[in-house]
Amino acid sequence: MSFNPTKFDYIKHRKIYFAITIALVIVSVLLLSFRGLNLGIDFTQGTRVEISSENQIKEADVRSVIEDAGIDAEEIDGIQFAQGGKLANVTFVGEFSQDQISEMKQTIEAQYDKEPSISTVSAQVGQEIARNAIYAVLLASLGIVIYVSFRFQPLYGIATVLALLHDALMIVAFFSLFQIEVNLYFIAAILTIIGYSVNDTIVTFDRVRENLGLAEKGGRKVSFDELAHIVNESIQQTIIRSINTVVTVVMTAAALYIFGSEAIRGFSLALLVGLIMGMYSSIFIAAQLWLVMKGRTLGRTKRAS
Amino acid sequence: MIKKGKLATFFIVVIALLVLIGTTSSWLLKDTKLGLDLKGGFEVLYEVQPLKEGDVIDQNAMSATLTAIENRVNVLGVSEPDIRIEGDNRIRVQLAGVKDQTEARQILSSTAQLSFRDINNKLLLDGADLKAKGAKVGYDPQTNQPLVELSLKSKQKFYDVTQKISQMQPPANRLVIWLDYEKGDSYEKEIQKKNSKIVSDASVQEPINSDKAIISGGDIDAAYGKQLSSILNAGALPVKLEEIYSTSVSAAFGQDALDQTLFASAIGVAAVFLFMLLFYRISGFVSIITLLFYIYLVMIFFNGINAVLTLPGIAALVLGVGMAVDANIITAERIKDELRSGKSVLSAFKAGNRRSFGTILDANLTTLISAGVLYYFGTSTVKGFAIMLMVSIAVTFVTNVFVSRYLMQLLVSSRWFDKKKSWFGVKESEIREL
Repeated sequence: MSFNPTKFDYIKHRKIYFAITIALVIVSVLLLSFRGLNLGIDFTQGTRVEISSENQIKEADVRSVIEDAGIDAEEIDGIQFAQGGKLANVTFVGEFSQDQISEMKQTIEAQYDKEPSISTVSAQVGQEIARNAIYAVLLASLGIVIYVSFRFQPLYGIATVLALLHDALMIVAFFSLFQIEVNLYFIAAILTIIGYSVNDTIVTFDRVRENLGLAEKGGRKVSFDELAHIVNESIQQTIIRSINTVVTVVMTAAALYIFGSEAIRGFSLALLVGLIMGMYSSIFIAAQLWLVMKGRTLGRTKRAS
Repeated sequence: MIKKGKLATFFIVVIALLVLIGTTSSWLLKDTKLGLDLKGGFEVLYEVQPLKEGDVIDQNAMSATLTAIENRVNVLGVSEPDIRIEGDNRIRVQLAGVKDQTEARQILSSTAQLSFRDINNKLLLDGADLKAKGAKVGYDPQTNQPLVELSLKSKQKFYDVTQKISQMQPPANRLVIWLDYEKGDSYEKEIQKKNSKIVSDASVQEPINSDKAIISGGDIDAAYGKQLSSILNAGALPVKLEEIYSTSVSAAFGQDALDQTLFASAIGVAAVFLFMLLFYRISGFVSIITLLFYIYLVMIFFNGINAVLTLPGIAALVLGVGMAVDANIITAERIKDELRSGKSVLSAFKAGNRRSFGTILDANLTTLISAGVLYYFGTSTVKGFAIMLMVSIAVTFVTNVFVSRYLMQLLVSSRWFDKKKSWFGVKESEIREL
């Protein structure tokens, strides 16, 4: 018989899932410490010039146009091409003055018949944006822990937040691994995932709570094995829904990634990675984590009585 | 025992919704305000710095600067400017749909400090000598060339200045008019530059017995003349503005981004619709109608609160479709479960609805928390994303509770589907006997 998600035992191999996850987390942390992130100008400083043309853009031409605009081509940090070479993304480490920007605009427009888009960020603002991004992620996580702890119990809250931090870390690690440029929208994607990937976890926990309530009727104490059975059953009952809701969002994110504008490509990719890792963590990590933590409290009450 | 009335009501409601959406959505789209990343424009964060040593940047200076910038934006004639003070010494300006961005940026940040100097850069007259609203565009009566006419407060002072200049040896007998002269600038160097701060360096043969100074020739065409006189009349900035963050999107880029992303959105939404139809059949059909209405309502709300649609905002709307379908899936899955356990269509529907609301609420509120944080920390386009996310979530409740359930209610209670469990995506073989 083929694999049936509604019959699969999600609890039996929990130690394997934990091991996989811990390994992934360690690899991610190592990646981040040694490889780091390819931070865009938004988080550091510098200038980005997007040139668009009807025809193929040649790198040598770009350099000479930049020289024509009175800027040393040595200052170019990198040139990336997209859309079959009709779009060039030129980055500079330095920030430019208003006059330099207007000079560059005019020169490029004269060459390519299209006005370029130019962004420049000073070091001071870049640092602020980076700091705010970290605050935002922490604040959102805190808000969700408080909400889940309030609606359920603190243990559910802890399991939820560990799962969502895992999801966020996986996105960051993915971007580190492939050195994809991280910009402002990336933070928006991380926060969206933090808010959204909790959905599946919550739906599962909702079912756990419902089933546990039935089992504990009349003040009956539940053993660890029974608890494990309840968790497994709850995952089985909600699995199709968990998969299907993620699939629908994945379809929209994938469409945006494949067909959408260049500007939100990184954003859509971050969402895709986050959605898939979020699905993994809510099926294989969150509820199992809760089970282990809850199991400990069971043990304690047993010894106490 | 099919209740045809219920079925008829269902079709009438569906058709009414489709007609409503079909006839009014073009009007709705026209009403939608596009952000600078979709229609081109720029955003600049200025740091306000003292113009002279010893000047203090306090609240008064900031609000005076804000007013001066607002006056200048009015000169530009941009329909939806967004100008706000941030922190103690920053001003953020967002202008979407500006035609000439370079000109606009010059107009905004030029301090418009007018000064008359000799070629040795010695100050002779400055902006304080200009009458209020004393600049206007005129035409040379002989050549019909555009020129800028400056009305000065004192005829005598101008006579004295021009007398002094006229006595200098040619070619040094020039009256140099500067805009935004800064310490260290010099006539010889500046006059070589392309975008020079020198607006005029006419030679003066004899003293001028008039209170009108004329700037003409060279760069002055009708457009620049108008711009120059507008800045001078809008008043000098009391401070210096330094761009510390700027982003500009050309109109062509914006249009491309809009087209591509709308195309991508259409594909994404179509894929979701197809998926729902294949997986949940009749429940899926109802959710498609609901989702269409959902998109429509989101846009109405969004326009209603005067929000600006940005590129990530469109992404949020499309993602919202994927998320909103969640509510339908939770209910549809429950219905399938109940049907498999052998329940009738009607009781399966009731059981499916009973618990799903709490779950939907919990799941969406966490996303709302994230969106709220994003709104608080984000700027411009990211803020647009956060607003769209929040509106989407709010509308999800409305459409799910009122539209989707109502439509399903009509269908189920018509009893037409009592024997058609496969229409809900359940295989006959899966159904257990009670």
